[in-house]
Amino acid sequence: MKLHEYQSKELFKKYDLPVPKGWLLEDLSGLDEILRKAGNTMLVVKAQVHAGGRGKGGGVKLGRSPEEIRNHAKTILGMTLVTHQTGPQGVTVRKVLLEEGCKIKKEMYLGLTVDRGHGKIAIMASEAGGMDIEEVAAKTPEKIHIELVDPLIGLMPYQARKLAFALNLTGTLAKDWVPFLTKVYKVFADNDCSLVEINPLVITADDTLIALDGKIDLDGNALFRHRDLLEFRDVHEEDPREFEASKHGLSFISLDGNIGCMVNGAGLAMATMDIIKHHGGSPANFLDVGGSATTEAVTEAFKLLLSDSQVKGVMINIFGGIMKCDTIANGIIEASKRVAVKVPLVVRLEGTNVDLGKKILKESGLAITTADTMADAAQKIVTIVKQGRA
Amino acid sequence: MAIFVNNETRVVCQGITGSAGSFHAEKCLEYGTKLVAGVTPGKGGTTFLGKVPIFDTVSSAVRETGADTSLIFVPPPFAADAILEAVDAGVGFVVCITEGIPVLDMVKVKNALRGSKTRLLGPNCPGIISPGQCKIGIMPAHIHRRGDIGIISRSGTLTYEAVDQVTKLGLGQSTCIGIGGDPVNGTNFIDVLSQFEQDPETKAVVMIGEIGGTAEEDAARFVRDHMSKPVVGFIAGMTAPKGKRMGHAGAIISGGKGTAAEKIAEMERCGIRVAKSPSEIGSTLKYVFSH
Repeated sequence: MKLHEYQSKELFKKYDLPVPKGWLLEDLSGLDEILRKAGNTMLVVKAQVHAGGRGKGGGVKLGRSPEEIRNHAKTILGMTLVTHQTGPQGVTVRKVLLEEGCKIKKEMYLGLTVDRGHGKIAIMASEAGGMDIEEVAAKTPEKIHIELVDPLIGLMPYQARKLAFALNLTGTLAKDWVPFLTKVYKVFADNDCSLVEINPLVITADDTLIALDGKIDLDGNALFRHRDLLEFRDVHEEDPREFEASKHGLSFISLDGNIGCMVNGAGLAMATMDIIKHHGGSPANFLDVGGSATTEAVTEAFKLLLSDSQVKGVMINIFGGIMKCDTIANGIIEASKRVAVKVPLVVRLEGTNVDLGKKILKESGLAITTADTMADAAQKIVTIVKQGRA
Repeated sequence: MAIFVNNETRVVCQGITGSAGSFHAEKCLEYGTKLVAGVTPGKGGTTFLGKVPIFDTVSSAVRETGADTSLIFVPPPFAADAILEAVDAGVGFVVCITEGIPVLDMVKVKNALRGSKTRLLGPNCPGIISPGQCKIGIMPAHIHRRGDIGIISRSGTLTYEAVDQVTKLGLGQSTCIGIGGDPVNGTNFIDVLSQFEQDPETKAVVMIGEIGGTAEEDAARFVRDHMSKPVVGFIAGMTAPKGKRMGHAGAIISGGKGTAAEKIAEMERCGIRVAKSPSEIGSTLKYVFSH
């Protein structure tokens, strides 16, 4: 689960980490109050969306006077922001953060994540802040310094010092760095984060550290023990169909093709997308109904697939393991009674009770094309959709 | 021969009275697995299906029955605790089926396991089967057939697909292992590959990976440097978009890393023949065998 910048900074403040003074604006009517509280100062107006690249997309602007601030807030609040991460359709800006500026001496990068290979928490820091860190990693990997932390021991001061010296911090800054990093580590570990990123982490003109930006991703599997953080979920930022799917325990990702797919198991679902592409088609989605799909799950999955007007055909690929093929066949029939199926269906069943499953589908009278293998199913659905046959 | 488990393996099932636990424990028993004990705290002294004794703790189960392997179906919030309880009880091999364990729990478990003698398989995996000997997991038994192909995968149903193709070719499997779809897990590709290399029964290996992380690339270099047996592969997720988690917690292309194309390229550089389509896993294996 992703947090907005303002939410990340709220969490930082709880841990006594320095962030710029700021105010959240959701409605222009609150602007006068904020301007009065801020006093006669410059404010940065920042769009609060989950996508990165906000600045380049025109979602971050400096206002030097109350008029400028007002104009920027009016422009950004409600705008459709397009960045390299939003796709061409962009996202609507529903909240802006108005923040005091600061005198920047230097911009650094700090990121914490789980290192999969080592099974430890990785702290990455760089003097090349304010830039796209992926680009820094690709072009100048030597500029990124990494410390791996064993969570059973926690971050040790020597590790923080190593990073401080690698970042060429001296004097009071080097001293301040250790408690600063320790707090950021606590934010990560206490809240089951999968990512905490501060980019840029700024050294101000008077040699203090401040988190000018903040990006946090939480581990969705750990939210059961962080009920307080659930209020940070912003469903406006989620694909409506992915959100709907998550309510029914389905794993669903929208893609831009025209062949809907329904599969049991994540690996097989990815492989199904791949084989559709391999045979010249284009998948409309990733959908894993789970290793042991129920009739209800199949029905909800059907509804989701068919709610997309782009979908011109559906491929169902089930490897019945513990789940029996006759159960799946009955699920498909049941679902088609509840949801009008107007696009061609190609069904591939394999595994337990496959013959019975195929028989049930055949006798149902539904317009279903059956297939014996994944390749067979993919070829059939791609051909049918290309011919525009209904 | 088979790797990690065989017909001597004595299994304790943690979470045996839950819905998934009881269903699959029964299937394992039907297959002939020596399921000697179950554990559900508070239900010690009762039995499962009238024949398998249930204990309150793993240590008492181990003491009373000599169980050496654990199969875990405990729900995600309590799964890390269950794994560590098995480790503490001296269980040598722990198979954790549970999906949805918090990553930081697994990071802690992984670090706690360093220096212990326990091997963890999973979590979020289908388990392990040595056809004809024992099944410790949730895979459908009937698609398997005893033979000389080792199969290792991060996925569940995609593994069944591969197993099915191998069986339909008239071949069989020595051992099939799902290492699980989580970003941080116990046993990895290399652990399994090195066992297959040493196993006299295994003649070739099918390795199925997916997007996310760099485990497949590391495994490919291991194959190049340390394996004499042929390895064929498949990577799922060629068409997966960046930055989206594809069902499995570990299946995500992040920071530009973990794409299928990178993995396939490295595997091919290291001499692994990679199937272009998931339906060609069996035929790719056959090709390698006949050349």
